[in-house]
Amino acid sequence: MTETATAPTDAARSTTAPVIETRGLTKRFRGGRLAVDGLDLTVPGGSVFGFLGPNGSGKTTTIRMLMGLIDPTSGTATVLGRPMPRAARTVLPEVGALIEGPALYGYLSGRDNLLRYDRADPTADPRTRRARIDHALDRVGLAAASAKKAKVYSLGMKQRLGLAAALLRPRRLLVLDEPTNGLDPQGMREIRSLVRQLAAEGTTVFLSSHLLDEIEQVCTHAAVMARGRLLAQGPVAELAASARGRLAVTTPDPADAARILKEHGLGGVSVDGDRLTADPPPATVDLADLNAALVGGGVRVRSFGIEGGSLEDAFVALTGEGFDVAG
Amino acid sequence: MSQAEAALTATTAPEDNGPRPRKPGNPRNPLWTLGILRSEITTTLRRHRTYALLAVLAAVPVLIGIAVRIETGGGGSGSGGGPDGGGGPAFLTQVTNNGLFLVFAALAATLPVFLPMAVGVVAGDAIAGEASGGTLRYLLVAPAGRTRLLLAKYASVLTFCLVATFVVAASALAVGALLFPVGEVTTISGTRISFGEGLVRAALTAAVVAASLVGFAALGLFVSTLTDSGIGAMAATVGLLITVQILDSIPQLSGIHPYLFPHYWMSFADVLREPVHWEELSKNFQLQGLYAAVFGSAAWARFTSKDITA
Repeated sequence: MTETATAPTDAARSTTAPVIETRGLTKRFRGGRLAVDGLDLTVPGGSVFGFLGPNGSGKTTTIRMLMGLIDPTSGTATVLGRPMPRAARTVLPEVGALIEGPALYGYLSGRDNLLRYDRADPTADPRTRRARIDHALDRVGLAAASAKKAKVYSLGMKQRLGLAAALLRPRRLLVLDEPTNGLDPQGMREIRSLVRQLAAEGTTVFLSSHLLDEIEQVCTHAAVMARGRLLAQGPVAELAASARGRLAVTTPDPADAARILKEHGLGGVSVDGDRLTADPPPATVDLADLNAALVGGGVRVRSFGIEGGSLEDAFVALTGEGFDVAG
Repeated sequence: MSQAEAALTATTAPEDNGPRPRKPGNPRNPLWTLGILRSEITTTLRRHRTYALLAVLAAVPVLIGIAVRIETGGGGSGSGGGPDGGGGPAFLTQVTNNGLFLVFAALAATLPVFLPMAVGVVAGDAIAGEASGGTLRYLLVAPAGRTRLLLAKYASVLTFCLVATFVVAASALAVGALLFPVGEVTTISGTRISFGEGLVRAALTAAVVAASLVGFAALGLFVSTLTDSGIGAMAATVGLLITVQILDSIPQLSGIHPYLFPHYWMSFADVLREPVHWEELSKNFQLQGLYAAVFGSAAWARFTSKDITA
């Protein structure tokens, strides 16, 4: 299993310098709650990085520390090679962010919202402002609705406008916290293709999402957090491969099947109706022999095989829980 | 993409009336930093809430004017009531003689409560309102810069003070000229000055009243950095105003009165003396400056070290 903080080799470091790097990053809120605990995160340049974890695992606090909104209690964070929050003024113009959903001025039009956010950036050129806003609106497919007041926008439109604000300037890093929240399947597909497009242009995308298959589809790298700690990080393919699947048997005789599997030394046997799962056998055991043993023992087998090995299995194995569970 | 943008730049630049950099090739211009100031002021003044506050303020002189007009019957019948030397600056008795006095009467009526209440709403909402709307985090990652954002907020609150005061004064001038005769002005000292000179004094008075709100505006901004609830900050700021006004009216507490921000507010009447009495006025300005320095620093210290979790 790719354990925490797989230190990048020197070769990797020189080709893709990390865009985000934290060392021992810790945040303890007033009142003593430890939100983030000794985080060592490395986001390689040019990657699409999936940031996973149940709700309340410290993802958003981490993102806020990276963006200079929250001061860490201890540890360091560098973004684009410069320390945060100290270098916020030089780093943040190159970073687009969507943090915990969009926030808009309901009494301003979509376009005026972008105008306001762009004017807040002292390094944004006012001469190109109009063109940049048009371009950003186009990119998220909101050009036609840009004159409407933001308060009449649907959640999906607000999400798009939030994305447009993150895309007002060419960015080296995009931080997207749940970017597909509130979008319909078509909108989600558009955002995924936008993320791929941006990544192809060389922008590093740091993406937190509830949807594991989404991460699996677009991300090259991922990290998993739970209870404020980083459990694993690395290329998505490695993480998924590290997850051992489960042996699954469907049979009308689950009790006999469970007994025979246990006799063959398999652990973690659990029965649910006519379906039975167990930890996969060691590599020395041929699955065919196992199946033959079941049949030989009088068990009528409907289906037999190894299931999973997906990112979701890796996630469940790491956090011991599914998504959307922890409070 | 950058090429396309560069091409578009050439076509859009002449239409953009934003701060214009001196050197076109300069990648970053110090003047661009003023963009947020313009954004703050236009955003504040374009809100429906601001219109509502200004409409209420503009209605006060109308109510006073009509009330005085009804009370005195035909109006314009100078009852020989000369300058009320000893009394408070109510100015109401002079309004029937000279409509210009409605400006002073309206400012005297709105300064204790209505004007600061409106300022309290705008100042209290300045940071806390952005926090409760969630827009604060996006302004800060833009990155607006915390000190820069706070300065822009304070500047826009001060602009509102000025606009609100001049709305009261302009409304009063219009109503006064419509309902009452205008002409030479009798000062509190008893001398007469021309109507033109009177207008200058009225404008000066409005400026003094606006400046009287500088300290309270800083206090409201400080309160605004303490909470993430816009409504809460507005209520707390207006509550503070009322509390301090009550404290200022309790004679037994006269020891602390010179340090209460509204204590010298009514000194604006001294502008209407001949010559202008500057003593109380300058005490007022010093006190406002002190409040602005103390609570401005407190707001800065709080806001620049605060964890933005909203």
